Amino acid sequence: MKIKLDILRLENSESEPYRQCVVFETDDENATVATALTEINNKGNYKDENGKTVAPIHWECSCLQKKCGACAMVINNKPQLACNARLKLYEKKGIVTVEPLKKFPVIADLAADRSIIFENLKTMKIWLESQTKVDECVSESVYDASRCLQCGCCLEVCPNFYVGSDFFGMSGTVSASKIISSAGGEQKKEIAAAYKKHSYNGCGKSLACRDVCPAGIDVERLLVNSNAAAVWGRKIGKKNKKA
Amino acid sequence: MYRINIIGSGLAGLSAAITLAENSVACNLISLQNSERAQSVLAEGGINGALNTMGEDDNTENHFNDTMKGGVYLSDPNAVDGLTKNAPQIIRWLESLGVPFNTSGGEIILRNFGGQKKKRTAYARSSTGKIIMSAVIDEARKYEACGLIKRYCHHEFVKLLIENNVCVGALIRDRYSGKFAEFKGTVILACGGMNGIFPGMTTGTTQNSGDAACTVFAQGVEFGNLEMLQYHPTTIGISGKRCLVTEAARGEGGRLYIERNGDKWYFMEEKYPELKNLMPRDVVAREMFFVRRQPECGNTVYLDMTGLSESTWKNKLSDLREEIIHYLSTDPKTDPIPIKEGIHYFMGGINTNECHQTNVQNLYAAGECTCQYHGANRLGGNSMLGALYGGRKAALTILNISKKDDKFIDKSPDFKVLHEPFAEEASPIVIQKISEALLLGLGIVRNQKNLDYSLKKLCDVEKNNNLNLREKNRIFLAKAMIISALGRKESRGAHYREDYPNRDESFQKTSAVRFNNGEIDLKYRDIPERRISANENQA
Repeated sequence: MKIKLDILRLENSESEPYRQCVVFETDDENATVATALTEINNKGNYKDENGKTVAPIHWECSCLQKKCGACAMVINNKPQLACNARLKLYEKKGIVTVEPLKKFPVIADLAADRSIIFENLKTMKIWLESQTKVDECVSESVYDASRCLQCGCCLEVCPNFYVGSDFFGMSGTVSASKIISSAGGEQKKEIAAAYKKHSYNGCGKSLACRDVCPAGIDVERLLVNSNAAAVWGRKIGKKNKKA
Repeated sequence: MYRINIIGSGLAGLSAAITLAENSVACNLISLQNSERAQSVLAEGGINGALNTMGEDDNTENHFNDTMKGGVYLSDPNAVDGLTKNAPQIIRWLESLGVPFNTSGGEIILRNFGGQKKKRTAYARSSTGKIIMSAVIDEARKYEACGLIKRYCHHEFVKLLIENNVCVGALIRDRYSGKFAEFKGTVILACGGMNGIFPGMTTGTTQNSGDAACTVFAQGVEFGNLEMLQYHPTTIGISGKRCLVTEAARGEGGRLYIERNGDKWYFMEEKYPELKNLMPRDVVAREMFFVRRQPECGNTVYLDMTGLSESTWKNKLSDLREEIIHYLSTDPKTDPIPIKEGIHYFMGGINTNECHQTNVQNLYAAGECTCQYHGANRLGGNSMLGALYGGRKAALTILNISKKDDKFIDKSPDFKVLHEPFAEEASPIVIQKISEALLLGLGIVRNQKNLDYSLKKLCDVEKNNNLNLREKNRIFLAKAMIISALGRKESRGAHYREDYPNRDESFQKTSAVRFNNGEIDLKYRDIPERRISANENQA
């Protein structure tokens, strides 16, 4: 398989971005964008289509099996995990564009600083104040929410999220849904208020996030459940499970 | 006293940080990436603890015995005693943090796992590590908000600051700005396994480059049992790595077979009628290796999960099924899948005592980077437990020995440009050469000849005059692995020597290696006797 990677390069946050096209060849049918980036960097003297040596491409990765969210970037105009973006899909077209997530400050090349995601979770107080046991009737949705990679793909496509906004997007909403399901006492009110402020009020319900979640989380269901509990004061449980 | 510096924010690092914070002691939590990217999220099958919820009359002593036996008696029994006694309480703690374990009638269900005769493994379907991490990260966040835990993500451990064999801090580099700072104070290393020593050959993360281990080894920190590499029997090759097929697949009824004269031969069931497919991982991996070598057998071992029920797939192994379909385009519900052994866990690592202290004063280590609990072979379900308990134990040791009237100094580290040569990374080509050399000797079946050759190959790589510091340190640790494997002239657990196929009781010792003035010293340290006292070790 032979494919051209059209990569948006940026030496550092102050330099001018430029595009670099690199032809990547592999026998590996399952090769992904992550495979290509790894091999291009490992080879050391890879040349681009103009014969210029490709300087090491900055990107973040860790698990390579779509379980950690590190390698989220914009591939073929869609935010996704590089380790899940099979080159075979783009073979026919012969070219694939590879760019960093654009909602976040870019550090270099394909590495973006996503620390705002984690700051927002802190602001929203995503933790349990007191020890709680998850009720069996919400166990499934807590499980689903716990699978969130905090990769930022949902925020990249969200028309309402931007860094510095009061609206924290689906990564905040999904995390809050865990706490809404489990918190008791005073925290129940607190998390409901935080949810309204940082999730409900800003969400335009475009649900663009639904189609890009690399973990395949049923974000719509979590959203419906959390709206019901935090905004309308309904109990999450068996009744809402079918929502 | 300064903030305690914890290197690594996986399960062991988080556990240490939370324990310190619960006791109002502040720490820095330093990691290359956020905790969500740590290898702990990959753990699938579960966490062991004798909760005895399945009516099997289980207890912590059984867990102790299985862990010691599984590790073929190389673990410190007092450490394992603490681990297994605290396991039920640790699982209850996780439950109280909101981990949605699989339950029935409100009680945690336990599943079978390798090397254990009782159901003892609590789980959250087949993504237990990810689900546990999610809850533990939330708990740590509570203390981040009040400043007790201060995170330094995208920060890399460069080296320890050691004065007269006392660790006085660590040099840290901000990978975003490229600047360096000295973090003063006690250090807990929770930097994970050494996957990057074998790039592409392990089930772990690329983030665990092994650089931290190589650096501290070259700085004189003692390592133990480095020859003990765990090959997990059931992995599949995916682009760039080995992908684990959780042991839970066998725990829930998956069976291994190989084709022999055209028939399916369920060799584990025939050879080990009691535990069958759930023998400890070292035994299963070795049997797979041997049956493939038989002339009447095929070249591939299959994992047959076609007998598993609909509800098992839905409620217990949903993520696993999705993963296998994704990577192999085969539905394991209807078709057996080809599997192979892959490097999964490093039982060896930094040598600590049961209090998680290293040979360098004020330096502690916990989690997969140590060689504490798993001896010659780790039981499935004991890794997350070891990380959680080990991190906590290291923190408790620090709390116990720190002086109550010690004045707290909270000074933010001063990041500066470093005006001396710094090797940003080891060259992938050198890394690959070292890995290839090591694999010549450190396969599932080993012998003197291959190990000698492996060492010679490493010496060849070392002859290159242009090696940077990271590469040199990597060769030192690699040589120490081979020297440890050469020294252990017996077969025990994951270390199988075909030239010494039997266990030799004179080797029931920790193989301890140190880097000393350019030389690698190998010694054998006695394993302590187990103390008998009823309520000790309740951390």
